[in-house]
Amino acid sequence: MNNPSFAQMIITVLLAGIITDNMVLSKFLGICPFLGVSKKLNTAFAMSVAVILVMLVATAVTYPIYVFLLIPFGLEYLQTICFILVIAALVQLIEILLKRFLPPIYKALGIYLPLITTNCAVLGITLLHFTNQRIIDYAATVPGGYQSFKLFALCLFNALGGGLGFLLAMFLFSGVRQKLERSNIPKFLQGLPITLIAAGIVALSFLGFAGIV
Amino acid sequence: MSKKKEYLKLFTKGLVLENPVLRLVLGTCPTLAVTTSALNGVGMGLAATFVLVGSGAVVSLLRNIIPSKVRIPAYITIIAGFVTVVQMLVKAFLPAIDSALGIFLPLIVVNCIILARAEMFAAKNPVIPSILDGLGMGIGFTATLTLMGMIRELIGAGSLFGLPITSSFIDPMVIMLLPPGGFFVFGILVALSNALAENFGKSKVSGTGCENCSACGGCPMSESKPEEVENTKSVTAENTKEQAEEEKQKKEDKTNE
Repeated sequence: MNNPSFAQMIITVLLAGIITDNMVLSKFLGICPFLGVSKKLNTAFAMSVAVILVMLVATAVTYPIYVFLLIPFGLEYLQTICFILVIAALVQLIEILLKRFLPPIYKALGIYLPLITTNCAVLGITLLHFTNQRIIDYAATVPGGYQSFKLFALCLFNALGGGLGFLLAMFLFSGVRQKLERSNIPKFLQGLPITLIAAGIVALSFLGFAGIV
Repeated sequence: MSKKKEYLKLFTKGLVLENPVLRLVLGTCPTLAVTTSALNGVGMGLAATFVLVGSGAVVSLLRNIIPSKVRIPAYITIIAGFVTVVQMLVKAFLPAIDSALGIFLPLIVVNCIILARAEMFAAKNPVIPSILDGLGMGIGFTATLTLMGMIRELIGAGSLFGLPITSSFIDPMVIMLLPPGGFFVFGILVALSNALAENFGKSKVSGTGCENCSACGGCPMSESKPEEVENTKSVTAENTKEQAEEEKQKKEDKTNE
């Protein structure tokens, strides 16, 4: 049990991101798109794919900046301001590149990209790499700590897990919402209240996974 | 005199009529995440208020200097600066609150309330109204978060602000402190505020805040917003813009009758 191997860590981090530490349902990150874009299955799917893409790219860029630039110079307090600017610039860049080189994907995901700049799930995951107790513990056992390539790869998997968790939550919830549209709801609960309560019940079902990972 | 009244109106509208959480439905993530106790709600609310007032003042001072094309990145930079200040202050003086809020303290940067107020209000109004608007919105946010925190703490832990109240004779229902409890309490609060709003002839909220927030330019949920933003310059025009279209229609119907 002591000193888990790299492969074990990857599986743990992925499972935790998708199920037990679900981005939306247990960490409350990205609630706005969760409630706003989940009305239809296909838009929910496109939004989640865009989020996964941006999470991965954002991690790949902010991780080296934090580890090799901010920590050595004692500038950790600039983390927030630096990360949000990098993410905002990245999203713009991705938008421009997609528009130029992959127009079909741009057509499908383009409108969601500006939304993602101010999505707390993306900034959240880049910050969580450095506060997640599981990753911190693992970093202590690896020579070089956060500066080793293993940790970088692990954080990419962490981002992937978080993104897949977001996808799963969006997917499940858009199914629930499509049923809700057709059901007979008391007048005072119509609209946002019933949506929130349904989200609560979906979150409740995820509590059942607690302790697995 | 009329100016004073106007200022008072600016300040109070954030408290009830345009309560950022229950009426505009902005900033849902921190609302759900940190309200596991009343004290956390107060801490989060005050931190956000500080950022709201500070960034409102600076954005309004720079409103004629920032080119409109790069306004969103500029606002984000200003907001991130204030968030860093808050982070350092809280870390230094209130370490308990810092560990309770955790990642949600830096995440104030992407809190829709702050960007929305910068974009919809501070960018078009002088400094003093912007500060008052920020203060009102911030206090409304704090009050709602505290209320939610109190409900969840009372049912989930049987205490209020850390003082035991019902825990000696009622078993606390821990579910209220867990994520589902946050969704339930928030859903019921929104339902209550909708019911109250209907009693007083206001529209109820239908969707999330994205419909009221024009901060994200290409937001698919608010297609007609960008043009509207350009047209509204004054405080009064601002007020009418913010009301959801439904509300406008409702009022028109009423006057027609």
